[in-house]
Amino acid sequence: MEIIETLINGLSLGGTYAMIALGYTMVYGIAKMLNFAHGDIIMVGGYTLFVTLSTMGMPILGLALAVVVCVVLGVTVEKVAYKPLRGASPLAVLITAIGVSYLLQSLAQIIFSSAPRMVYVGGQDGLGFVTIGSLKIQKHILITLVCSVVIMVVLSLFVKYTKIGRAMIAVSEDKGAAQLMGINVNMIITITFAIGSALAAFAGFFMLMKSPSLTNTLGAMPGIKAFTAAVIGGIGSLPGAMLGGLFIGLIETIAQVVPGMGAYTVAIEFLVLIIVLLVRPTGILGKKRREKV
Amino acid sequence: MAAKKHIKWSHYINYAVISLATIILGVLSIVGALPASYQIIFENIAIAITLAVSLSMVVGFLGELSLGHAGFMCVGAYLGGKTVYLLAPVIGEIPALLCGFVVGGALAAVCGIVIGLPALRLRGDYLAIVTLAFGEIVWSIFMNTSEETFGGALGMPTVRIDRDYLFVIALVVVLLCLAVTQNLIRSKHGRAITSIRDNEIAARATGINVTKYKLAVFAISAFFAGVAGVLMASSNYTVQSQKFNYNYSIEILVMVVLGGMGSINGSIIAAALITFLDIKLQTVLTGELAVLQDLVYAAILIVIVIYNNAPGLKTFREKYNVKSLLGKLHNKKHDPANARDDEAKWDRVPTKIQMDEVLSVDVQVKSPYDPDKAGKGDN
Repeated sequence: MEIIETLINGLSLGGTYAMIALGYTMVYGIAKMLNFAHGDIIMVGGYTLFVTLSTMGMPILGLALAVVVCVVLGVTVEKVAYKPLRGASPLAVLITAIGVSYLLQSLAQIIFSSAPRMVYVGGQDGLGFVTIGSLKIQKHILITLVCSVVIMVVLSLFVKYTKIGRAMIAVSEDKGAAQLMGINVNMIITITFAIGSALAAFAGFFMLMKSPSLTNTLGAMPGIKAFTAAVIGGIGSLPGAMLGGLFIGLIETIAQVVPGMGAYTVAIEFLVLIIVLLVRPTGILGKKRREKV
Repeated sequence: MAAKKHIKWSHYINYAVISLATIILGVLSIVGALPASYQIIFENIAIAITLAVSLSMVVGFLGELSLGHAGFMCVGAYLGGKTVYLLAPVIGEIPALLCGFVVGGALAAVCGIVIGLPALRLRGDYLAIVTLAFGEIVWSIFMNTSEETFGGALGMPTVRIDRDYLFVIALVVVLLCLAVTQNLIRSKHGRAITSIRDNEIAARATGINVTKYKLAVFAISAFFAGVAGVLMASSNYTVQSQKFNYNYSIEILVMVVLGGMGSINGSIIAAALITFLDIKLQTVLTGELAVLQDLVYAAILIVIVIYNNAPGLKTFREKYNVKSLLGKLHNKKHDPANARDDEAKWDRVPTKIQMDEVLSVDVQVKSPYDPDKAGKGDN
């Protein structure tokens, strides 16, 4: 029974990582840039949730506001910091993204101080347990799992069957050709950042449901891990990000349960990343790109 | 008739300045006129310069982003620091420190080669994330060692080398690092390395052994990071593994970027200035105010990178930069063709930029084709 509980915990954590990884992979697929500030958008969402909960006390309203704030922030960052650099060397864009990440973290620290804030999404005692037969699972884990699966399915359908979704695929395949076909590439990039940031807000909600402590570095480590997940799955591929997210979540949960391995969780995850990249440089589901001169 | 050898004195200014500083400060220190707080500042500045110059080789000249420079430093600090700790009682502090440099540097260089191997298959963002992963793995492994071996979470005790002369040794290390880096960059091999940065496929096509150069640059850069780690271990009483996390790697990267990528002197100035400000501001900005400094750094970083790289600002940049203004004083126009080899030419790589402009989404057609107005010019 413990094994099944661990697996469910792992899948739920993986769902959170998959949410973040989707944001990374969509932006990478379309803007061809690694948005290092993505993790910190989660943190901003977390603080929005904190402010709403402490003033009005409605978690769902908090989540909705967090989504709005994150979308506005994500789009603003894209317009101000990344858009002027379109066509510049990828290194320059990457360093700017790192700068934005630091800017957001230090701004949050100035506004909210570095002391951790407690965000009790489900009240002080948490949401309690659900018992199915002899299984005893925490409610928030089930909520996370169900919500992330729903979001992933909706996102896949959106990308596959709507006009905007198909335009996104077109832009990620070939920017120039997509523009010639009459697709407004700038708008598609903005929409991609908006969707990615909204997913980050959800991820922040799930993370705070799991552990209520909120600091300005809330998104930093999960952001890096989720990026690892996106790379393992094959960056630019939506199913890859989901797969990678679940994979990293499972590895992390299992490593924490196995005696003697808990301390090395981070090392194990990154080692898996290095091995995957050495064997398959474009990730598990990534497409192989031919180099052209 | 033998060709006259031109010696560019400007190439040697940085050696001269640092050597002079070393001699003056060394004498002051022996006399006892240098306060201890300044000795510590100079130790830290020397460590920062070594780190920045070594990272500049990978980022500025090879053109690969490394986010795990602190990881190499961590290897050097722990393994070299341990060597010094074990040998100091036997053979004395200074010989032990030299052994520590060799051991720490060599082992860090081995790690550099190990990390350089994926660099052969991966590039750009993927490589950046692998180096980041490496840095995190290294410090988390040292974090979990037992107390007898490397101290674990409590940190490893090290030998604090006498402050009166440690900074002189550190400055000598800076000179060595400079000598190796500058001579490498200005040699035939250096040309090969910068050509890999500018266009890897073209470099490969002209017969440059990309594998060899990439591994060599990673190894040399890691060696000096390791030596800087040993210096850091020797300037403290303990080494804490948490210090060498991702943020520290970014701090070094900020120095390289602010100094100007591909400019060694820029890295030196930025490293010295940032370290000096860090230490001086520590006493002014206490508690929550300390973060103001990070905020300003982040803002400066973003502004500088956008200013230096945005394609939209290209004409503006070429019109108003320090070099062209200086050039006007000398009544000579700044010509990119005369730019020195060790200057960054990120926006002057013809093939890449032209392709990017063709593919850029911001290319707006000024007057869209209108069938009614077509042929107007013919009439």
